Amino acid sequence: MNIIVCVKQVPDTSEIKINPETNTLMREGVPSIINPFDLHAIEAAIQIKEQTGGKVTVLTMGPPQAETSLRESIAMGADEAVLLSDRAFAGSDTWATSYTLAKAIEKLGADIIFCGKQAIDGDTAQVGPETAEFLNMPHISYIKKIEDVTDSSIKVQRMMDEGYDVVESSLPVLLTVVKELNQPRMPSLKGKMAAKKAQITTMGMADIGADENSLGLKGSPTQVRNIFAPEVKAERKMIEGSPEEQVENLLKELKEIKCI
Amino acid sequence: MDYFLDEEQLMIRDLARQIALEKVLPIRAELDEKEEFPWDIMKTLAQSDFFGINIDEEYGGLGKGGFEMGLVIEELSTACLGVSTTFAANSLGTYPIQIAGSDELKKKYLPDIASGKKLVAFGLTEANAGSDAAGVQTTAKLEGNEYVLNGTKQWITNGGDAEIYTIIAITDKTKGARGASAFVVDKGTPGFSFGKKENKLGIRASSTRELIFENCRIPKENLLGKQGMGFIIAMKTLDKSRTGVGAQGVGVAQGAFDAAAIFAKQRQQFGAPVISFQAVQHMLADMATQIEAARALVYSVAKFIDSGAKDVAKASAMAKLFATDVAMKVTVDAVQVMGGSGYMREYPVEKMMRDAKILQIYEGTNQIQRNIIGQALIKETTKKK
Repeated sequence: MNIIVCVKQVPDTSEIKINPETNTLMREGVPSIINPFDLHAIEAAIQIKEQTGGKVTVLTMGPPQAETSLRESIAMGADEAVLLSDRAFAGSDTWATSYTLAKAIEKLGADIIFCGKQAIDGDTAQVGPETAEFLNMPHISYIKKIEDVTDSSIKVQRMMDEGYDVVESSLPVLLTVVKELNQPRMPSLKGKMAAKKAQITTMGMADIGADENSLGLKGSPTQVRNIFAPEVKAERKMIEGSPEEQVENLLKELKEIKCI
Repeated sequence: MDYFLDEEQLMIRDLARQIALEKVLPIRAELDEKEEFPWDIMKTLAQSDFFGINIDEEYGGLGKGGFEMGLVIEELSTACLGVSTTFAANSLGTYPIQIAGSDELKKKYLPDIASGKKLVAFGLTEANAGSDAAGVQTTAKLEGNEYVLNGTKQWITNGGDAEIYTIIAITDKTKGARGASAFVVDKGTPGFSFGKKENKLGIRASSTRELIFENCRIPKENLLGKQGMGFIIAMKTLDKSRTGVGAQGVGVAQGAFDAAAIFAKQRQQFGAPVISFQAVQHMLADMATQIEAARALVYSVAKFIDSGAKDVAKASAMAKLFATDVAMKVTVDAVQVMGGSGYMREYPVEKMMRDAKILQIYEGTNQIQRNIIGQALIKETTKKK
């Protein structure tokens, strides 16, 4: 079983400060960490490897210093690491990022691809599913439990607002995971020693056979106009009056919307 | 202070510190209150390779020494002495196999110990054999291809929870101390059972039980070293493990000091933080100095032992004696610095004070450590004449 885990190096949000003049994140001097959701993805991959055998490869796109995240992944138990780094990749939006990751995954080959459900800096949750689309591969997002894995299929629980769906898919498949899936392990000492010595493969535009016009800023159709937290559309209604009246009105309301 | 640890030693210490902070500290009060065995923490330590630190690489360990083991024990002890006792008792129980085990026994047991798959316990103490280790009454009689064990071991750390036991028993009553032998016994061997779990003042996360042998038959190959070597093996084991107890002393003292110093900075009396008063400052100054002196001694002795030095009894006794006396004093003073708050369960130092007491008692009381040092001094003085 070949498993690829896509990880992203993000600023540690617990340490982050906002520039009061520009209202943007001050990234200078902020420690970088592996996106927390990706740790659950790494854990899931290692658990499957421990069960079925095979190889876990971590994949990231980023500047050379993103290598730290890859070494941390190896310390947890990943076998190999690939860094996608090229000036041509700079300025990628989720579309260009997904395209780049997909091209690399095509080259590397995988039965299962794991991603965290979203990154804590951008919060889009788009890269996982978009990568699957570029690969023309099924994807299941927000998985909270892996029920069964065979050589050719996987059965998982997908978290929904209320309850969960049980979804079965053929392999290869791309999965995005939520933190309910597992408890990421601590690194091991042997893993840390291996991570120190590990050879990290770096791949650029030519190595993955990507089209220059689909990469980086050039390949990014997104234009950010405004960033805001979307409005929550849940309705709320206060029922007033004496307790008796409140009960009566509540029952009426519930009957009206056919709840009871 | 900087002790110039190398890159791998720093890696070991930092990961142990991370586990102490993230996995041990949040649940230490609960483990203490409920007297609960820390299985989850042991699992984390196993997964992170800590059980194999000082086991040879050919058996799946990391091939480091007692010094590195001490670094781990110290870090765990800053958070919880009950957890560090559970962990360190493995190393204690493993030394007899490392010191005297045949190749077959090493191959059979060390890989499972190094991976943390099986916990280990050391069984020496009995009702009539504590400080007087020669009072052991458990017997092992050779019958054909088997030794038959009879007797009861008392207050055995990890008893019942460990899978592997190294046991000292008498094979020849007429020979006194030279009539003892060491054995490996597996949990589940017929005739081997456990007494009730003891209710303790401190280190309540660690389990302590009686080991009961009633016609317990083990293969004769489970003898460690030769018949009659039991006490030598036990003494060599304790020589090696004592710096680990010293490291526990350094760790718990550091944990208590850190809590007291932070509290003294925050606590306001007479319109100023209490740390600004000389009476409190001097207490903290003494505590910090004693901890650093204990650490320096424990580190030096551990390195001395790891160098392969032959006669280490005096030095290892000094490290255990000094660091654990410091632990008792510092934890008591930490409670005093924190006053009423220090006495309350809401803060961690009363637990540290209760926990620290065992360090002056187990693996040879501090009075016995003074005997060991004294006897070494007599020997040295005689040589000088």
